[in-house]
Amino acid sequence: VTFEERIARLEEIAAQLEGRDLELASALALFEEGVEQLRAAADELSRADTRLQKLVERVDGTFDVADTRE
Amino acid sequence: VTGRRASRRAKGEDLDLFGESAPPVESAPPPQVVSEYFVDDNQYPGESASSPVTVSVLTQTARDVIEGAFIPLWVRGEVTDFKAHRNGHWYFCLRDRAAQIRCVVWNRDQRGIPAPPDDGMQVVAFGRLTVYPTRGEMQFSITRIEAEGDGLRRKALEATRKRLEADGLLSIERKRALPRFPRVIAVVTSPDGAALHDIVAVTRQRAANVRLVLVPAKVQGDGAPGELRRALDRVNRWGEADLVIIGRGGGAREDLWAFNDERVARAVAACSVPTISAVGHEVDITICDLVADYRAPTPSAAAEAATRSRAELESELRKLSLRMAGSTRAQLRHRADALRHLGRDIVDASSDVMARRRTALQGVAGRLHALSPVATLARGYAVARDANGRTLGNAGSFTPGMPFDLIVQDGVVPAAVRATDGEHRDV
Repeated sequence: VTFEERIARLEEIAAQLEGRDLELASALALFEEGVEQLRAAADELSRADTRLQKLVERVDGTFDVADTRE
Repeated sequence: VTGRRASRRAKGEDLDLFGESAPPVESAPPPQVVSEYFVDDNQYPGESASSPVTVSVLTQTARDVIEGAFIPLWVRGEVTDFKAHRNGHWYFCLRDRAAQIRCVVWNRDQRGIPAPPDDGMQVVAFGRLTVYPTRGEMQFSITRIEAEGDGLRRKALEATRKRLEADGLLSIERKRALPRFPRVIAVVTSPDGAALHDIVAVTRQRAANVRLVLVPAKVQGDGAPGELRRALDRVNRWGEADLVIIGRGGGAREDLWAFNDERVARAVAACSVPTISAVGHEVDITICDLVADYRAPTPSAAAEAATRSRAELESELRKLSLRMAGSTRAQLRHRADALRHLGRDIVDASSDVMARRRTALQGVAGRLHALSPVATLARGYAVARDANGRTLGNAGSFTPGMPFDLIVQDGVVPAAVRATDGEHRDV
């Protein structure tokens, strides 16, 4: 799951929770899932890191992404 | 005779003759006239009527003298009579108020000139003065032209812009939205330029969670357009980038020229993922900028537009968390309210029932009380019951000697019928 998908899902959950006709059980399940997604997203953020790499094309036309030393 | 014919031709077939001229290297070798130089031991050629030189010798000699006398130089003037001949060479005149000179730009020398000049343009042109013997005219052979106000580049730019516009590549509807949270950003630029440095620095500073993948390309000079195009092509074939930043740091206007290349612009337009162009400083707008999905004024600004800072993302998460908690609480409160209402209704309903029952009960109790023998007993009456508790209500129920209980107000009195066979008496 990408960070973007997580945020999208969270937005969906928030929107559903704001809706009117929601069974209590579904509301609680959504909330629970939301909390889980939030935790995962925050986790991902705390590991945030900018990496600089370099795209190298091999002779056969395939690609290699090599870490660079700046 | 030869000379007269040549001059007639020059007058008669002006433009065609003009067009026949060719670059010096391709022209035929000059006629061999050396033997004519010394017709007489004591006379230099042309000294007397008996030792004339040919027209060819004259023009060829003039050419040698002029070419030897002038090094290549810059000349300022106004362009007139411009003609791009179908043989690919350009012909025109440069003039000022008092004089003019015929000029030529050979096909092979046109590469370094952004666009052909227009009549009336003030230009400075770099070239070599020579003589065109066929017409006996001086000719300025030009390799570079700079128009006042960078007119030629602007003209070339405008022409490119028009072609791209005609193909719809500049329309707003084509612009794609940038991904909100890109994970892999391809950076097409020079590996040792300021642009890469700035992009990496800004991305780091924002603590954005992305991979920057450099796709190296020369960004100025002869090979730059080709390398930029190949780099973009690589990004497409690689297929893992979410976003492309293409650009370079600021520089002289001609250093940015590769980003005005039509084929580079078309490669940017054809890119399979959204593109940000970041070329030079704020003021320089290139064709690339017009075609890209987003134009950043500088490489640093491109990095900012491309990435979300950690702080931004954290605040976004916080907002989502608050939204979710708030709405869940609201959902619960909504349910709790409903329950409370329901409870109250039930209590209300049941207390109604109870009240009605209480009233009914009280009615019954009143009647019961009225019927109760206890009340009668209190008034001095007594009730007789047999051993089984049956009330003995009639005289006939009594037999002589029969024991029975007499219930009075405050107790039970054991009693018996007298054992005589007496008559019943009416009450």
